[in-house]
Amino acid sequence: MSLKPVFRYALVIIAIGVLWKLAALGLGGIILPHPEAAVRAFLSAMGTQIFWEHFGVSGYRAVTAMVVAWGVAFPLGLVMGSVKRVDNLLAPFIFLTYPIPKIVLLPVFLLLFGLGDLAKISMIALILGYQILVTTRDGVRSIHPKYSDSVRSLGGSQWDVLCEVLIPAALPHGFTALRLGVGVSVAVLFFVESFATTRGLGYMIMDAWGAMDYLTMFTGILGMSLMGAALYEIANLMERRACTWMFLRKK
Amino acid sequence: MLIAENLSKYYGGEGVLDNVSFSLGREETLAVVGPSGCGKTTLLYLLSGLTRADSGVAFLDGELIGRPTSDISIILQDYGLLPWKTVVENVALGLKIQGVFKKERMERARAQLAELGITGRDSDYPANLSGGEQQRVAIARAFVSRPRLMLLDEPFSSLDALTRERLQRTLLDVWKLRKVPFVLVTHSLEEAVVLGKRIMVMSSRPASPVAVFDNPGFGDESIRDTKGCFELLKELRHTVEALW
Ligand SMILES: Nc1ncnc2c1ncn2[C@@H]1O[C@H](COP(=O)(O)OP(=O)(O)OP(=O)(O)O)[C@@H](O)[C@H]1O
Ligand SMILES: [Mg+2]
Repeated sequence: MSLKPVFRYALVIIAIGVLWKLAALGLGGIILPHPEAAVRAFLSAMGTQIFWEHFGVSGYRAVTAMVVAWGVAFPLGLVMGSVKRVDNLLAPFIFLTYPIPKIVLLPVFLLLFGLGDLAKISMIALILGYQILVTTRDGVRSIHPKYSDSVRSLGGSQWDVLCEVLIPAALPHGFTALRLGVGVSVAVLFFVESFATTRGLGYMIMDAWGAMDYLTMFTGILGMSLMGAALYEIANLMERRACTWMFLRKK
Repeated sequence: MLIAENLSKYYGGEGVLDNVSFSLGREETLAVVGPSGCGKTTLLYLLSGLTRADSGVAFLDGELIGRPTSDISIILQDYGLLPWKTVVENVALGLKIQGVFKKERMERARAQLAELGITGRDSDYPANLSGGEQQRVAIARAFVSRPRLMLLDEPFSSLDALTRERLQRTLLDVWKLRKVPFVLVTHSLEEAVVLGKRIMVMSSRPASPVAVFDNPGFGDESIRDTKGCFELLKELRHTVEALW
């Protein structure tokens, strides 16, 4: 990784720190602790096992959900975007259910899949998966037919068209959806972790909130922010590695 | 030898091509001119096997053209290079589809690129190339699989005049070396005279051939300066003006 994004992050962090400090001064420093106190608490929490347990559990849930969502939604989007018959069958269903806020199904998921990780991961994967599915499908439909013609004209089969045109042209769409979906995924993660579990950063935040332990609460918030930023950068990096051609500068 | 017999094509009940017949010998080239939208691209698609004719047939060396094969290379109207593949990968694509091993296909692709004057750009992407360079890459890709017929759809129309002349010469040079017959669609009468051993004038939609001219001066590098060229151009222009 080059220095530039690091520098950008540093600048943003400093700006947030200044605003936070001003707000903390205004609010008296109890409900909103001073940033240096929160950071100190965060740093010392990073030396404890319990923090990393919460962090690890949350990370596991988020990453598993992202892998599952991608693994199901990207191929399905590819098929829907390129095979008319499948699209005619599935598209009405997808677009009718698209506007429904899937998060309201959480109680149903909890009843179906129990209180463990399965319900939580499924919830995140469902919400993220919709995003990836719809973006990939639309992306594949927008691929100009001249590229498939070009491969077919060289004697290429449907399989060659899939490998040489559809997948490479759809990858950027799928990765963009994944990257943009990180924010929603972490938000949903927080929500599903705020009950029916005793592990995860979401639990850590809400538990500390209940105990009025605002420093620990902010440790959890910083931990979730860190995880969100890390997942975003990982998705970003994967996108750049898989789709070099999208990031060319005109010479 | 390419033989087209009564090729017709309809889109939504409307005729686009109407009974197109012609033949093209082993060491010949055919330039096709016609009004915009008359069906020239459609004709090339039929000849390449990418689209099926509604009636009529085409044969290449006695074999029915039914679906695309590596024996027929087509250069699409805007090159048809894949933006996600590097220059050398684009050129090697046809060989990859044929199952040629990576090492060999890369070597052949590089050699073909060099023949067309593109060196040191192997791992660039098409977007980083100029229009003329992209066109050279497209020609390299079409020639690398040693086709028996080349189809070119207005290959040089988006290039500036000088680049166009240089590429016309390049194409002629490669043709002289390989003697692969080609059908070239163009909207420039001058280009038709430079690159067509025979020149077919199409009517407006539904297109059918209205006249075929022989071009005895074909292959002469300085054909533009000859009297024969001038005469032929004049005759072509008259035919075309009477039609459109
Ligand atoms: N797949 C298709 N479906 C329906 N109509 C088509 C299709 N392809 C071409 N056409 C129609 O057929 C006609 C001929 O198109 P074609 O592209 O062959 O013309 P052209 O002579 O190559 O035109 P240009 O000079 O603009 O390149 C046009 O009116 C076009 O709208
Ligand atoms: Mg055309």
